[in-house]
Amino acid sequence: MRKIKTHADIKAKVDSQKWFYSNTVKDHFFKPRNFLDGTKAEKYKYDGLGLVGSPACGDMMKVWIKVDKKKDKIKEMKWATFGCASAIASTSMLSLIVSENGGMKIDKALKIKPQDITERLKGLPTRKFHCSVLGDKALRGAINDYFRKTNQNTRIVLEGARVIDKETNVTDKDIEEAVLEGAYTLQEIQEKLKVGVSNKSCVPEVEQLIKFYNEKYFGNPSQ
Amino acid sequence: MKNIYLDNAAATPLNQMVIKEITECLTKIDGNPSSFHSKGLEAKEAIDDARKKVANTINCKPNEIIFTSGGTESINLALKGIAFANKSKGNHIITSKIEHHAVLNTCKFLEKNGFNVTYLDVDKYGQVNPQDIEKVITDKTIVISIMYANNEIGTIEPIERIGNIAHSKNVYFHSDGCQAGGLLPINVQNLNVDLFSLNGSKMYGPKGTGILYVKNGIKLEPLIHGGGQENGLRSGTENVGGIVGFSKALELAQNKWLEENKRLSKLSHKLIEGLLKIPKSRLNGHPTERLINNVNISFLDVEGESIVLRLNEIGIYASTSSACTSKSLETSHVLKAIGLPYEASHGSIRFTLGDATTEKDIDFVIKSMHYIVEFLRKISPLNLSMEHFK
Repeated sequence: MRKIKTHADIKAKVDSQKWFYSNTVKDHFFKPRNFLDGTKAEKYKYDGLGLVGSPACGDMMKVWIKVDKKKDKIKEMKWATFGCASAIASTSMLSLIVSENGGMKIDKALKIKPQDITERLKGLPTRKFHCSVLGDKALRGAINDYFRKTNQNTRIVLEGARVIDKETNVTDKDIEEAVLEGAYTLQEIQEKLKVGVSNKSCVPEVEQLIKFYNEKYFGNPSQ
Repeated sequence: MKNIYLDNAAATPLNQMVIKEITECLTKIDGNPSSFHSKGLEAKEAIDDARKKVANTINCKPNEIIFTSGGTESINLALKGIAFANKSKGNHIITSKIEHHAVLNTCKFLEKNGFNVTYLDVDKYGQVNPQDIEKVITDKTIVISIMYANNEIGTIEPIERIGNIAHSKNVYFHSDGCQAGGLLPINVQNLNVDLFSLNGSKMYGPKGTGILYVKNGIKLEPLIHGGGQENGLRSGTENVGGIVGFSKALELAQNKWLEENKRLSKLSHKLIEGLLKIPKSRLNGHPTERLINNVNISFLDVEGESIVLRLNEIGIYASTSSACTSKSLETSHVLKAIGLPYEASHGSIRFTLGDATTEKDIDFVIKSMHYIVEFLRKISPLNLSMEHFK
């Protein structure tokens, strides 16, 4: 192929080194810890497996755990994530949180909140918060799976409702119900629940949940 | 670190010759073009010259050019201007589902104000079928707005034919030509348009500059009222430096669009070929009727933002229409309109080549993309089948 000349009169300017997330997010995004290489996943021996999200939604996480049965501690957490940089970084950070210092007690791991992850990541943009919400859910899924497999059914924790709007006390379950009853847009949800009407800071998360549940149940995201 | 800028559909670097003209203009000209003295005249002449240059370049009369603050303003002026000036004639507008938000959201605004809008479907390559327009035109239709070329997937629309249909039905035809400035010939007579929007910052000109071409005899309602500049259609003291820069950029871009197409053709074909060697990938948009600098490819099992940020880290600047990076958290309306399933559209990347792109850049991008997609697939729980591209 003939060498292609460029135009000397058009030059790109200085190199840009700006970054959108915290340095911790960047570190975990570029050097993810404890992920399970997809090609080796089939042979991996685990005690519990959890899965949350969907490819249509744009975020999906899988969490595998190995448990120290005597100490009732998580020995190892492996993960795989489809999603944006903050989704990858938050699962990576979660794996660190539960496996550091000799592993986390299961009862404690069940209580991990999304805020615990974002705090360790030195913050996430509001709109990205939903991504890290998934990590702890996938982990609880994996722990429940372990409980089922080891006949500890009494310990299974059903996903509790999580308050989305502190002013109205509307939870994710309320939004899920509203979507199932046919609410499709933020406006329709707000007509039913008044969520985020005065407390606007929760609107991005509400929108994400509407989208999430619409895709989950109807396979078509809201407009 | 490398500095490979492949987001020229978002913004282009300024041409050095344009910078020179703007600098000279800003250094020399102080007056207000409306002032009745030498200083004012000097400024007025600079604008007049620029207007003539633009008119010569796109084959129209100087008084058919309105300088604006960019593509978005031009489009707003075209659509709202026509709509509000032609209320007595009708209230129906026709556009497509893959227009830029400047068109779509202007139409939504007009819908709230008593107008009816038909949003036409496109085929799987993103093209509007002119026959569909014939089917939906009514005696209430006042304007049709279809873009010259799409900003996300690069598909070129058959606007000459659409213009013919519009004129046979006595309907005005506007086209958003913002992506075409440096890549397609712009002769408003040949294009069969009554109104045409262009902006400077996508053809190596300054940001905040643009024009609306309005064929003589067409009445518009202005958006900005004041001292009556730009034929009373766009009041406010003119952005003299920007106008001069815009006219120079347009002239340079139109002088070499053909030469540039030949050069970029080799590069973009190489990039497409190299990227499609990555398993589970597909090219979005039309195979041949596309802007020569546009390469929009979807990869299954990976998410676009992750790719873009990893490219960013090694000095490659590209774009994604992924929901994650947009403020709305919605995936691209364009990819949705061409029927790409959500799970596939999340992993879509747009590379738009420019005057500064070299073959070495392309080789590096291909190599990097193979590595990045492979790595992200390693940490992805998905393994979707190619069915998701159907």
